[in-house]
Amino acid sequence: MEKLTTLTGLVAPLDRANVDTDQIIPKQYLKAIHRTGFGPTLFDDWRYLDPGEPGMDHGTRRVNPEFVLNQPRYQGARILLARENFGCGSSREHAPWALLDYGFRVIIAPSYADIFFNNCFNNGILPIVLPAAVMDKLFAETLATPGYQLSVDLAAQRVTTSSGESFGFEIDEFRKYKLLNGLDDIGLSLQHAGDIKAYEARRRVEAPWLFLE
Amino acid sequence: MSKTLYDKLWDAHVVRQHDDGSCLLYIDRQLVHEVTSPQAFDGLRLARRDVWRRTANLATADHNVPTTDRSQGITDPVSRLQVDTLDDNCDEFGITEFKMGDIRQGIVHVIGPEAGATLPGMTVVCGDSHTSTHGALGALAFGIGTSEVEHALATQCLVQKKSKNMLVSVDGAVGPGVTAKDIVLAIIGEIGTAGGNGYAIEFGGEAIRALSVEGRMTVCNMAIEAGARAGMVAADEKTVEYVRGRTYAPKGDLWEKAVMAWRELHSDADAKFDRVVRIAAAGIKPQVSWGTSPEMVTAVDARVPDPARESDPVKREGMARALKYMGLQAGTPITAIEVDKVFIGSCTNSRIEDLRAAAVVAKGRKKAANVKQVLIVPGSGLVKQQAEQEGLDKIFTAAGFEWREPGCSMCLAMNADRLEPGERCASTSNRNFEGRQGAGGRTHLVSPAMAAAAAVAGHFVDVREWE
Repeated sequence: MEKLTTLTGLVAPLDRANVDTDQIIPKQYLKAIHRTGFGPTLFDDWRYLDPGEPGMDHGTRRVNPEFVLNQPRYQGARILLARENFGCGSSREHAPWALLDYGFRVIIAPSYADIFFNNCFNNGILPIVLPAAVMDKLFAETLATPGYQLSVDLAAQRVTTSSGESFGFEIDEFRKYKLLNGLDDIGLSLQHAGDIKAYEARRRVEAPWLFLE
Repeated sequence: MSKTLYDKLWDAHVVRQHDDGSCLLYIDRQLVHEVTSPQAFDGLRLARRDVWRRTANLATADHNVPTTDRSQGITDPVSRLQVDTLDDNCDEFGITEFKMGDIRQGIVHVIGPEAGATLPGMTVVCGDSHTSTHGALGALAFGIGTSEVEHALATQCLVQKKSKNMLVSVDGAVGPGVTAKDIVLAIIGEIGTAGGNGYAIEFGGEAIRALSVEGRMTVCNMAIEAGARAGMVAADEKTVEYVRGRTYAPKGDLWEKAVMAWRELHSDADAKFDRVVRIAAAGIKPQVSWGTSPEMVTAVDARVPDPARESDPVKREGMARALKYMGLQAGTPITAIEVDKVFIGSCTNSRIEDLRAAAVVAKGRKKAANVKQVLIVPGSGLVKQQAEQEGLDKIFTAAGFEWREPGCSMCLAMNADRLEPGERCASTSNRNFEGRQGAGGRTHLVSPAMAAAAAVAGHFVDVREWE
């Protein structure tokens, strides 16, 4: 996992509530057996006018000029603004894989669905929560300002606009530490293998029916 | 100190508490399917890690499998590769898999409880958000992403932060014709799709206690549609009777010991919940969703709502967009909405009781002329066999419905079963998102009885008025 410390990048606004993971990456692309290559089909149903299938050359498809990410001014965006309950629906990790593969490292929204929120951290994406009123302001500024950028400083837990206005955000300490250092959860957990074995030994006595072969 | 059911399940599985409040939580059972596992097994291979406890895992292929004749295998090469990859991974890592062709194969959330692989008091995870289903047995069950699938394979644990406690109490008795599906749709309509974010929901109250264990699975299944990763119901005598005799359930002395422990799987009388929602069961009518989010749901005798009457601008715009996508006019009576297809199946409603409820409605009747296709997809090979022994398949085929092989099918249309653009479907599944059942498809979520009735009438009807 790639670490994330600071990021200054172009901002794209996705002004819809309850964006579900079926919209972030539709089901036909879940048949892949690898983690990469989902970027061209991120928001597939909204982004293209013709139906997409795995294995197609997505560069030749008809793009939907109405969809926000297709507008020239948002090309190369690294930060996505979203609305309430972003990432609801299925547990598919293909959703953060697609966002990451497209180029997003930071999402800013007033709230997220729980599973998606977790999945982001496991893939080096920082999902920032800011109050709805701040979100309204960021959406308005993004729309009003071509080339609008934000700076994110994870260590300081701040989002700063180009005019210098700054907003603090909360983040769980352990998640912050892992993201700042690009650490793999499994390696960290295996440092506690002794505790896991001790737990199992105790439970095999307390609740042996949980260990039937 | 008094505890909720969730507190008890959580506390029993904490291996280690981290300084920031997160925990290393022990996982008793992981269920594995083909869509969210290939990258996890790949990760293990890359890091040269093995599976921590092979027998804690059970796999099956469900999302990609065809529901038609399987003698030729899977024709779609991309789907086939994913299922073959699961088979190879399970063989390589020594994990039991109910493969396609095995009568025990089926939807992962149907086969877990059916095989007794899900037991009361367990922690159960799967790379699938509808893992909440298993909470119906008094277990702590929740969906995870692929990184966590890999983590659970490698360590038999997950790093988790405890959720808050919510009690949804459905008080009193529901009226005739009102099912578990209607109860859970009404709950989602009440608290919204984000209402349970950050919570584990315990479903209680007389109406939940009165449900069969299968009905409770339908309710817990859709906890995630209310935003909660985990939904659960206290274990009781019904739970014990449901589990008794199943393949992986304990036997003999161990059974007696287990049952003693399971009797503690309920919230203490004075347990404290962070949020309590009370719903009067008597007020719940058969439900039909009208929009593109499960919270966009109403009673069958109501009308499609008018966005103009919504004061919240974000919600109003969402409603207007949903009506446009669904091709519906505000004010239209729900019963005036005609359907093109009907789907009865999915991890929400594909168990034997669901099929029986649909068969009661379908018996001696025929599919309406305007309905192009009615798919009946049992949740597992064993459910299919049971239904055939009861003659349900004959009732369905006589009505012009199609009797299929088990799998996820048109719940998410990863196989060949899908809606064409613009087609409208009465579906017993769990999500009515845009394109969920096929690009441009329009989904209305209903109970099995309501779906069967819509298939016969050609439009939604109130099953309470049907004989």
